[in-house]
Amino acid sequence: MRILQYVVFIMQNTNQAQLEFPIVMGQPYEIIPDDLFIPPNALELCLETFSGPMDLLLYLIKKENINILELDVSNITDQYIEYIDLMDSLQFELAAEYLVMAATLAEIKSRLMLPQENYDEEEEDPRATLIKRLQEYQRYKSASENIALLPRVDRDFFTASAGLPEIKIDKQEITVSKEELATIFHEIQTRPDLKLHHQIDFEELSTQERIQIILQILSKRNIVSFSKTLRKGEGRHGVVVTFLASLELAKDGHIELIQNKTEEIFLKSLTGVSN
Amino acid sequence: MINTVEALLFGAGRPLRLSEIRNLLDTDGIPSELSDIKQCINSLEDRYDASSLEIVEVASGFRLQIKQAFSPSLTHLWNERAPRISKALMETISIIAYKQPVTRGDIEDIRGVSVSTNTIRSLLERNWIKVSGFKDAPGKPALYATTKEFLDDLNIKNLSSLPDLPDSIETDDGEIFSQVV
Repeated sequence: MRILQYVVFIMQNTNQAQLEFPIVMGQPYEIIPDDLFIPPNALELCLETFSGPMDLLLYLIKKENINILELDVSNITDQYIEYIDLMDSLQFELAAEYLVMAATLAEIKSRLMLPQENYDEEEEDPRATLIKRLQEYQRYKSASENIALLPRVDRDFFTASAGLPEIKIDKQEITVSKEELATIFHEIQTRPDLKLHHQIDFEELSTQERIQIILQILSKRNIVSFSKTLRKGEGRHGVVVTFLASLELAKDGHIELIQNKTEEIFLKSLTGVSN
Repeated sequence: MINTVEALLFGAGRPLRLSEIRNLLDTDGIPSELSDIKQCINSLEDRYDASSLEIVEVASGFRLQIKQAFSPSLTHLWNERAPRISKALMETISIIAYKQPVTRGDIEDIRGVSVSTNTIRSLLERNWIKVSGFKDAPGKPALYATTKEFLDDLNIKNLSSLPDLPDSIETDDGEIFSQVV
Protein backbone atom coordinates (compact mmCIF):
# COMPACT_ATOMS: atom_id res chain seq x y z
CA MET A 1 0.00 0.00 0.00
CA ARG A 2 2.71 2.44 0.95
CA ILE A 3 4.33 2.00 -2.40
CA LEU A 4 1.19 2.96 -4.19
CA GLN A 5 0.90 6.04 -2.08
CA TYR A 6 4.38 7.08 -3.07
CA VAL A 7 3.48 6.63 -6.69
CA VAL A 8 0.45 8.80 -6.25
CA PHE A 9 2.58 11.29 -4.41
CA ILE A 10 5.22 11.37 -7.13
CA MET A 11 2.60 11.74 -9.79
CA GLN A 12 1.06 14.68 -8.07
CA ASN A 13 4.32 16.15 -7.01
CA THR A 14 5.80 16.16 -10.47
CA ASN A 15 3.10 18.62 -11.32
CA GLN A 16 4.28 21.66 -9.41
CA ALA A 17 1.12 23.60 -10.04
CA GLN A 18 -0.99 21.02 -8.32
CA LEU A 19 -1.53 21.95 -4.72
CA GLU A 20 -3.89 19.20 -3.74
CA PHE A 21 -2.46 16.71 -1.33
CA PRO A 22 -2.86 13.01 -1.89
CA ILE A 23 -5.47 11.40 0.29
CA VAL A 24 -4.16 8.45 2.25
CA MET A 25 -6.55 6.41 4.37
CA GLY A 26 -9.02 9.24 4.27
CA GLN A 27 -6.51 11.79 5.52
CA PRO A 28 -4.78 14.37 3.36
CA TYR A 29 -1.13 13.51 3.20
CA GLU A 30 0.48 16.85 3.87
CA ILE A 31 3.91 15.99 5.02
CA ILE A 32 6.47 14.97 2.51
CA PRO A 33 7.67 11.56 3.63
CA ASP A 34 11.37 11.67 4.60
CA ASP A 35 11.94 8.46 2.78
CA LEU A 36 10.69 9.83 -0.53
CA PHE A 37 13.52 8.65 -2.64
CA ILE A 38 13.21 6.44 -5.71
CA PRO A 39 9.95 4.90 -4.67
CA PRO A 40 10.01 1.15 -5.11
CA ASN A 41 7.93 -0.10 -8.00
CA ALA A 42 7.27 3.42 -9.15
CA LEU A 43 9.93 2.42 -11.57
CA GLU A 44 7.82 2.31 -14.67
CA LEU A 45 6.44 5.68 -13.85
CA CYS A 46 9.93 7.02 -13.25
CA LEU A 47 11.15 5.59 -16.50
CA GLU A 48 8.40 7.33 -18.37
CA THR A 49 9.07 10.65 -16.77
CA PHE A 50 12.82 10.31 -16.38
CA SER A 51 15.21 8.93 -18.88
CA GLY A 52 17.39 7.31 -16.22
CA PRO A 53 18.72 7.53 -12.69
CA MET A 54 20.86 10.54 -13.61
CA ASP A 55 17.83 12.36 -14.89
CA LEU A 56 15.85 11.47 -11.78
CA LEU A 57 18.67 12.60 -9.53
CA LEU A 58 19.04 15.89 -11.36
CA TYR A 59 15.33 16.36 -11.06
CA LEU A 60 15.31 15.60 -7.35
CA ILE A 61 18.23 17.89 -6.69
CA LYS A 62 16.88 20.75 -8.71
CA LYS A 63 13.15 20.62 -8.35
CA GLU A 64 12.36 18.70 -5.22
CA ASN A 65 14.98 20.38 -3.16
CA ILE A 66 15.97 17.06 -1.65
CA ASN A 67 19.26 17.29 0.10
CA ILE A 68 21.20 14.21 -0.75
CA LEU A 69 23.56 14.90 2.14
CA GLU A 70 20.89 14.63 4.79
CA LEU A 71 19.38 11.40 3.66
CA ASP A 72 19.05 8.78 6.31
CA VAL A 73 21.38 5.93 5.39
CA SER A 74 19.39 3.30 7.28
CA ASN A 75 16.32 4.51 5.44
CA ILE A 76 18.03 4.09 2.10
CA THR A 77 19.20 0.65 3.10
CA ASP A 78 15.62 -0.25 4.03
CA GLN A 79 14.41 0.96 0.67
CA TYR A 80 17.22 -0.85 -1.00
CA ILE A 81 16.05 -4.17 0.46
CA GLU A 82 12.41 -3.36 -0.15
CA TYR A 83 13.33 -2.63 -3.72
CA ILE A 84 14.95 -5.99 -4.26
CA ASP A 85 11.98 -7.73 -2.65
CA LEU A 86 9.50 -6.03 -4.89
CA MET A 87 11.40 -6.10 -8.08
CA ASP A 88 9.95 -8.11 -10.87
CA SER A 89 12.46 -10.30 -12.55
CA LEU A 90 11.44 -8.61 -15.78
CA GLN A 91 12.28 -5.19 -14.52
CA PHE A 92 15.52 -6.26 -12.98
CA GLU A 93 17.75 -4.87 -15.67
CA LEU A 94 16.07 -1.49 -15.54
CA ALA A 95 15.94 -1.35 -11.81
CA ALA A 96 19.61 -2.24 -11.49
CA GLU A 97 20.64 1.17 -12.76
CA TYR A 98 18.50 2.90 -10.18
CA LEU A 99 19.93 0.59 -7.56
CA VAL A 100 23.48 1.46 -8.53
CA MET A 101 22.63 5.09 -8.03
CA ALA A 102 21.00 4.42 -4.70
CA ALA A 103 24.07 2.49 -3.61
CA THR A 104 26.37 5.26 -4.75
CA LEU A 105 24.38 7.78 -2.76
CA ALA A 106 24.41 5.53 0.26
CA GLU A 107 28.16 5.23 -0.01
CA ILE A 108 28.61 8.96 -0.24
CA LYS A 109 26.34 9.48 2.71
CA SER A 110 28.16 6.92 4.81
CA ARG A 111 31.49 8.51 4.02
CA LEU A 112 30.20 11.91 5.01
CA MET A 113 29.06 10.54 8.33
CA LEU A 114 32.51 9.26 9.12
CA PRO A 115 35.07 11.54 10.67
CA GLN A 116 37.20 13.46 8.19
CA GLU A 117 38.87 10.99 5.98
CA ASN A 118 41.80 11.35 3.66
CA TYR A 119 41.19 9.64 0.39
CA ASP A 120 44.00 7.77 -1.20
CA GLU A 121 45.33 9.77 -4.06
CA GLU A 122 44.57 6.96 -6.47
CA GLU A 123 41.04 6.54 -5.26
CA GLU A 124 38.83 9.30 -6.52
CA ASP A 125 36.31 10.92 -4.26
CA PRO A 126 33.06 9.14 -5.22
CA ARG A 127 31.22 12.38 -4.56
CA ALA A 128 33.33 14.23 -7.11
CA THR A 129 32.95 11.39 -9.60
CA LEU A 130 29.21 11.47 -9.27
CA ILE A 131 29.07 15.21 -9.66
CA LYS A 132 31.28 15.04 -12.74
CA ARG A 133 29.03 12.44 -14.25
CA LEU A 134 25.96 14.47 -13.41
CA GLN A 135 27.48 17.53 -15.04
CA GLU A 136 28.49 15.63 -18.15
CA TYR A 137 25.03 14.17 -18.37
CA GLN A 138 23.48 17.59 -17.93
CA ARG A 139 25.47 18.94 -20.88
CA TYR A 140 24.02 16.37 -23.22
CA LYS A 141 20.60 16.58 -21.66
CA SER A 142 20.39 20.28 -22.38
CA ALA A 143 21.94 19.75 -25.81
CA SER A 144 19.23 17.22 -26.56
CA GLU A 145 16.63 19.72 -25.46
CA ASN A 146 18.13 22.26 -27.85
CA ILE A 147 18.10 19.77 -30.69
CA ALA A 148 14.51 18.87 -29.91
CA LEU A 149 13.65 22.52 -30.47
CA LEU A 150 15.23 22.63 -33.91
CA PRO A 151 12.69 22.65 -36.72
CA ARG A 152 12.04 19.10 -37.75
CA VAL A 153 10.79 17.84 -41.09
CA ASP A 154 7.11 16.91 -41.15
CA ARG A 155 6.65 18.48 -37.72
CA ASP A 156 7.77 22.07 -38.12
CA PHE A 157 8.40 22.32 -41.83
CA PHE A 158 7.47 20.43 -44.95
CA THR A 159 9.22 19.68 -48.18
CA ALA A 160 7.65 20.55 -51.48
CA SER A 161 7.20 18.23 -54.37
CA ALA A 162 4.92 18.12 -57.35
CA GLY A 163 2.97 15.33 -58.90
CA LEU A 164 4.90 13.96 -61.83
CA PRO A 165 3.53 14.65 -65.30
CA GLU A 166 2.52 11.68 -67.39
CA ILE A 167 5.77 10.18 -68.52
CA LYS A 168 5.63 8.82 -72.05
CA ILE A 169 7.19 5.44 -72.36
CA ASP A 170 8.01 3.96 -75.74
CA LYS A 171 6.34 0.67 -75.24
CA GLN A 172 3.84 -1.09 -77.41
CA GLU A 173 0.68 -1.83 -75.63
CA ILE A 174 -0.43 -5.38 -75.76
CA THR A 175 -4.12 -5.90 -76.21
CA VAL A 176 -5.52 -9.31 -75.61
CA SER A 177 -9.13 -10.35 -75.68
CA LYS A 178 -10.74 -12.70 -73.19
CA GLU A 179 -11.23 -15.31 -75.91
CA GLU A 180 -7.61 -15.13 -76.94
CA LEU A 181 -6.52 -15.61 -73.36
CA ALA A 182 -8.75 -18.65 -73.00
CA THR A 183 -7.44 -20.17 -76.23
CA ILE A 184 -3.85 -19.55 -75.27
CA PHE A 185 -4.40 -21.02 -71.85
CA HIS A 186 -6.07 -24.09 -73.31
CA GLU A 187 -3.29 -24.49 -75.81
CA ILE A 188 -0.66 -24.31 -73.10
CA GLN A 189 -2.48 -26.82 -70.97
CA THR A 190 -2.82 -29.32 -73.75
CA ARG A 191 0.61 -28.79 -75.24
CA PRO A 192 2.64 -31.95 -74.93
CA ASP A 193 5.48 -31.51 -72.61
CA LEU A 194 8.32 -31.81 -75.04
CA LYS A 195 10.85 -30.83 -72.55
CA LEU A 196 10.18 -33.79 -70.32
CA HIS A 197 13.21 -36.03 -70.19
CA HIS A 198 13.80 -39.34 -68.62
CA GLN A 199 16.71 -41.60 -68.13
CA ILE A 200 16.94 -44.64 -70.37
CA ASP A 201 18.54 -47.50 -68.55
CA PHE A 202 20.21 -50.33 -70.34
CA GLU A 203 18.53 -53.57 -69.71
CA GLU A 204 20.72 -55.27 -67.25
CA LEU A 205 22.36 -58.31 -68.65
CA SER A 206 22.95 -61.02 -66.15
CA THR A 207 25.77 -63.53 -66.54
CA GLN A 208 23.68 -66.12 -64.73
CA GLU A 209 20.86 -65.68 -67.21
CA ARG A 210 23.32 -65.99 -70.10
CA ILE A 211 24.69 -69.26 -68.68
CA GLN A 212 21.17 -70.66 -68.77
CA ILE A 213 20.74 -69.52 -72.36
CA ILE A 214 24.03 -71.09 -73.45
CA LEU A 215 23.18 -74.34 -71.67
CA GLN A 216 19.83 -74.33 -73.38
CA ILE A 217 21.47 -73.92 -76.77
CA LEU A 218 23.99 -76.67 -75.97
CA SER A 219 21.21 -78.97 -74.82
CA LYS A 220 20.07 -79.11 -78.45
CA ARG A 221 23.41 -79.22 -80.23
CA ASN A 222 26.79 -80.34 -79.02
CA ILE A 223 28.79 -77.46 -80.30
CA VAL A 224 28.03 -73.86 -81.03
CA SER A 225 30.15 -70.99 -82.23
CA PHE A 226 30.56 -68.10 -79.82
CA SER A 227 29.11 -65.64 -82.28
CA LYS A 228 25.92 -67.64 -82.48
CA THR A 229 25.27 -67.23 -78.79
CA LEU A 230 25.31 -63.45 -79.11
CA ARG A 231 22.17 -61.49 -79.51
CA LYS A 232 21.98 -58.60 -81.81
CA GLY A 233 21.33 -55.34 -80.12
CA GLU A 234 23.11 -56.13 -76.92
CA GLY A 235 26.26 -54.65 -78.32
CA ARG A 236 29.62 -54.77 -76.65
CA HIS A 237 28.03 -55.26 -73.29
CA GLY A 238 26.34 -58.41 -74.56
CA VAL A 239 29.64 -59.78 -75.87
CA VAL A 240 31.26 -59.24 -72.50
CA VAL A 241 28.44 -60.93 -70.62
CA THR A 242 28.37 -63.90 -73.01
CA PHE A 243 32.14 -64.29 -72.78
CA LEU A 244 32.00 -64.20 -68.98
CA ALA A 245 29.22 -66.80 -69.05
CA SER A 246 31.34 -69.03 -71.33
CA LEU A 247 34.36 -68.75 -69.05
CA GLU A 248 32.17 -69.53 -66.07
CA LEU A 249 30.84 -72.66 -67.77
CA ALA A 250 34.32 -73.74 -68.85
CA LYS A 251 35.65 -73.28 -65.33
CA ASP A 252 32.91 -75.45 -63.91
CA GLY A 253 33.66 -78.10 -66.55
CA HIS A 254 30.36 -77.89 -68.34
CA ILE A 255 31.86 -76.85 -71.62
CA GLU A 256 35.13 -76.74 -73.46
CA LEU A 257 36.30 -73.68 -75.32
CA ILE A 258 37.93 -74.47 -78.60
CA GLN A 259 39.70 -72.03 -80.88
CA ASN A 260 40.96 -73.16 -84.22
CA LYS A 261 43.08 -71.22 -86.60
CA THR A 262 40.16 -68.95 -87.21
CA GLU A 263 39.25 -66.21 -84.77
CA GLU A 264 36.03 -67.95 -83.93
CA ILE A 265 35.65 -69.60 -80.54
CA PHE A 266 33.53 -72.70 -80.23
CA LEU A 267 31.66 -73.80 -77.17
CA LYS A 268 31.56 -77.59 -76.90
CA SER A 269 29.33 -79.26 -74.42
CA LEU A 270 31.09 -81.70 -72.09
CA THR A 271 27.98 -83.00 -70.45
CA GLY A 272 26.63 -84.16 -73.75
CA VAL A 273 23.30 -83.50 -75.25
CA SER A 274 20.75 -84.16 -72.70
CA ASN A 275 17.76 -86.07 -73.74
CA MET B 1 17.31 25.52 -68.20
CA ILE B 2 15.96 27.28 -65.10
CA ASN B 3 12.64 25.58 -65.60
CA THR B 4 14.27 22.18 -66.08
CA VAL B 5 16.16 22.62 -62.81
CA GLU B 6 12.92 23.63 -61.14
CA ALA B 7 11.15 20.60 -62.60
CA LEU B 8 13.89 18.32 -61.30
CA LEU B 9 13.68 19.77 -57.79
CA PHE B 10 9.91 19.48 -57.79
CA GLY B 11 9.93 16.00 -59.22
CA ALA B 12 12.62 14.64 -56.94
CA GLY B 13 10.88 15.64 -53.71
CA ARG B 14 14.24 15.14 -51.98
CA PRO B 15 17.47 17.13 -51.84
CA LEU B 16 19.50 17.13 -55.05
CA ARG B 17 23.18 17.97 -55.29
CA LEU B 18 24.45 20.36 -57.92
CA SER B 19 26.47 17.51 -59.45
CA GLU B 20 23.37 15.32 -59.47
CA ILE B 21 21.43 18.01 -61.33
CA ARG B 22 24.30 18.41 -63.79
CA ASN B 23 24.34 14.67 -64.52
CA LEU B 24 20.58 14.64 -65.00
CA LEU B 25 20.75 17.58 -67.38
CA ASP B 26 23.66 15.96 -69.17
CA THR B 27 21.77 12.74 -69.92
CA ASP B 28 18.99 14.97 -71.16
CA GLY B 29 21.41 16.54 -73.62
CA ILE B 30 21.80 19.83 -71.77
CA PRO B 31 25.48 20.26 -70.90
CA SER B 32 26.06 22.69 -68.06
CA GLU B 33 28.52 23.87 -65.44
CA LEU B 34 27.91 23.62 -61.72
CA SER B 35 28.04 27.40 -61.51
CA ASP B 36 25.26 27.66 -64.11
CA ILE B 37 23.07 25.42 -62.01
CA LYS B 38 23.83 27.42 -58.91
CA GLN B 39 22.75 30.51 -60.80
CA CYS B 40 19.54 28.81 -61.83
CA ILE B 41 18.86 28.01 -58.18
CA ASN B 42 19.55 31.62 -57.21
CA SER B 43 17.11 32.84 -59.86
CA LEU B 44 14.53 30.37 -58.62
CA GLU B 45 15.04 31.65 -55.08
CA ASP B 46 14.33 35.16 -56.32
CA ARG B 47 11.29 33.94 -58.17
CA TYR B 48 9.95 32.19 -55.06
CA ASP B 49 10.53 35.22 -52.87
CA ALA B 50 6.91 36.29 -53.00
CA SER B 51 5.53 32.75 -52.92
CA SER B 52 5.05 30.04 -50.31
CA LEU B 53 8.11 28.16 -51.54
CA GLU B 54 11.79 28.32 -50.80
CA ILE B 55 14.93 26.44 -51.74
CA VAL B 56 17.00 25.32 -48.79
CA GLU B 57 20.45 23.84 -48.87
CA VAL B 58 20.66 20.92 -46.47
CA ALA B 59 23.29 18.23 -45.98
CA SER B 60 22.23 16.19 -49.01
CA GLY B 61 21.83 19.11 -51.41
CA PHE B 62 19.19 21.60 -52.46
CA ARG B 63 15.61 20.95 -51.56
CA LEU B 64 12.33 22.63 -52.32
CA GLN B 65 10.39 23.39 -49.18
CA ILE B 66 7.29 25.15 -48.11
CA LYS B 67 8.13 28.20 -46.06
CA GLN B 68 7.81 27.43 -42.40
CA ALA B 69 5.27 30.21 -41.97
CA PHE B 70 2.75 27.99 -43.74
CA SER B 71 3.34 24.95 -41.52
CA PRO B 72 0.34 25.62 -39.26
CA SER B 73 -1.99 25.45 -42.25
CA LEU B 74 -0.35 22.29 -43.49
CA THR B 75 -0.51 20.28 -40.28
CA HIS B 76 -4.27 19.93 -40.71
CA LEU B 77 -3.73 18.13 -44.01
CA TRP B 78 -2.91 14.92 -42.21
CA ASN B 79 -4.72 13.27 -39.40
CA GLU B 80 -1.56 11.93 -37.89
CA ARG B 81 0.98 14.23 -36.40
CA ALA B 82 4.67 13.48 -36.71
CA PRO B 83 5.48 10.94 -33.99
CA ARG B 84 6.81 12.37 -30.75
CA ILE B 85 10.41 11.54 -30.06
CA SER B 86 11.09 10.32 -26.54
CA LYS B 87 13.49 12.04 -24.21
CA ALA B 88 15.69 8.96 -24.13
CA LEU B 89 15.87 8.91 -27.92
CA MET B 90 16.73 12.61 -28.08
CA GLU B 91 19.47 12.21 -25.50
CA THR B 92 20.90 9.26 -27.39
CA ILE B 93 20.91 11.01 -30.77
CA SER B 94 22.43 14.13 -29.16
CA ILE B 95 25.30 12.17 -27.65
CA ILE B 96 25.91 10.50 -31.02
CA ALA B 97 25.74 13.85 -32.82
CA TYR B 98 28.24 15.64 -30.57
CA LYS B 99 30.60 12.81 -29.75
CA GLN B 100 30.52 10.68 -32.88
CA PRO B 101 31.61 8.05 -33.54
CA VAL B 102 30.49 6.49 -30.28
CA THR B 103 29.73 3.01 -29.07
CA ARG B 104 26.65 2.05 -27.16
CA GLY B 105 28.85 1.84 -24.06
CA ASP B 106 29.92 5.48 -24.47
CA ILE B 107 26.29 6.54 -24.58
CA GLU B 108 25.50 4.44 -21.53
CA ASP B 109 28.40 5.98 -19.60
CA ILE B 110 26.97 9.43 -20.06
CA ARG B 111 23.31 8.60 -19.63
CA GLY B 112 23.86 6.25 -16.70
CA VAL B 113 21.28 3.91 -18.11
CA SER B 114 21.51 1.07 -20.57
CA VAL B 115 20.65 1.97 -24.13
CA SER B 116 17.95 -0.35 -25.37
CA THR B 117 18.26 -2.13 -28.68
CA ASN B 118 14.97 -0.51 -29.62
CA THR B 119 16.42 2.97 -29.25
CA ILE B 120 19.29 2.18 -31.58
CA ARG B 121 17.05 0.32 -34.00
CA SER B 122 14.57 3.16 -34.05
CA LEU B 123 17.34 5.64 -34.91
CA LEU B 124 18.72 3.30 -37.56
CA GLU B 125 15.26 2.85 -39.08
CA ARG B 126 14.78 6.58 -39.15
CA ASN B 127 18.08 6.75 -41.03
CA TRP B 128 19.36 9.23 -38.48
CA ILE B 129 22.35 7.12 -37.52
CA LYS B 130 24.54 4.55 -39.21
CA VAL B 131 27.24 2.14 -38.15
CA SER B 132 30.42 3.91 -39.16
CA GLY B 133 32.81 1.20 -38.07
CA PHE B 134 33.81 -1.01 -35.19
CA LYS B 135 35.87 0.03 -32.24
CA ASP B 136 39.16 -1.80 -31.83
CA ALA B 137 38.21 -2.99 -28.37
CA PRO B 138 37.11 -6.31 -26.91
CA GLY B 139 33.89 -7.43 -28.58
CA LYS B 140 34.43 -5.02 -31.49
CA PRO B 141 31.48 -2.80 -30.56
CA ALA B 142 29.78 -0.90 -33.38
CA LEU B 143 30.55 2.80 -33.68
CA TYR B 144 27.58 4.99 -34.47
CA ALA B 145 27.57 8.27 -36.37
CA THR B 146 24.82 10.54 -37.61
CA THR B 147 23.74 10.54 -41.25
CA LYS B 148 23.07 13.28 -43.77
CA GLU B 149 19.36 12.48 -43.44
CA PHE B 150 19.52 13.46 -39.78
CA LEU B 151 20.82 16.90 -40.76
CA ASP B 152 18.33 17.10 -43.65
CA ASP B 153 15.46 16.39 -41.28
CA LEU B 154 16.62 19.15 -38.96
CA ASN B 155 16.95 21.50 -41.92
CA ILE B 156 20.67 22.05 -41.45
CA LYS B 157 23.67 21.72 -43.69
CA ASN B 158 26.36 20.32 -41.45
CA LEU B 159 27.11 19.25 -37.91
CA SER B 160 28.61 22.59 -36.98
CA SER B 161 25.18 24.13 -37.54
CA LEU B 162 23.91 22.22 -34.52
CA PRO B 163 23.43 24.29 -31.38
CA ASP B 164 26.66 24.48 -29.39
CA LEU B 165 27.16 21.86 -26.76
CA PRO B 166 26.92 23.63 -23.39
CA ASP B 167 30.31 23.90 -21.70
CA SER B 168 30.92 21.80 -18.68
CA ILE B 169 31.08 24.06 -15.68
CA GLU B 170 34.56 24.02 -14.23
CA THR B 171 34.12 24.37 -10.53
CA ASP B 172 35.79 22.68 -7.66
CA ASP B 173 33.88 19.99 -5.86
CA GLY B 174 33.24 22.00 -2.74
CA GLU B 175 31.55 24.74 -4.68
CA ILE B 176 29.34 22.28 -6.51
CA PHE B 177 28.41 20.72 -3.25
CA SER B 178 27.46 23.97 -1.65
CA GLN B 179 25.22 24.57 -4.66
CA VAL B 180 23.68 21.16 -4.28
CA VAL B 181 23.08 21.68 -0.60
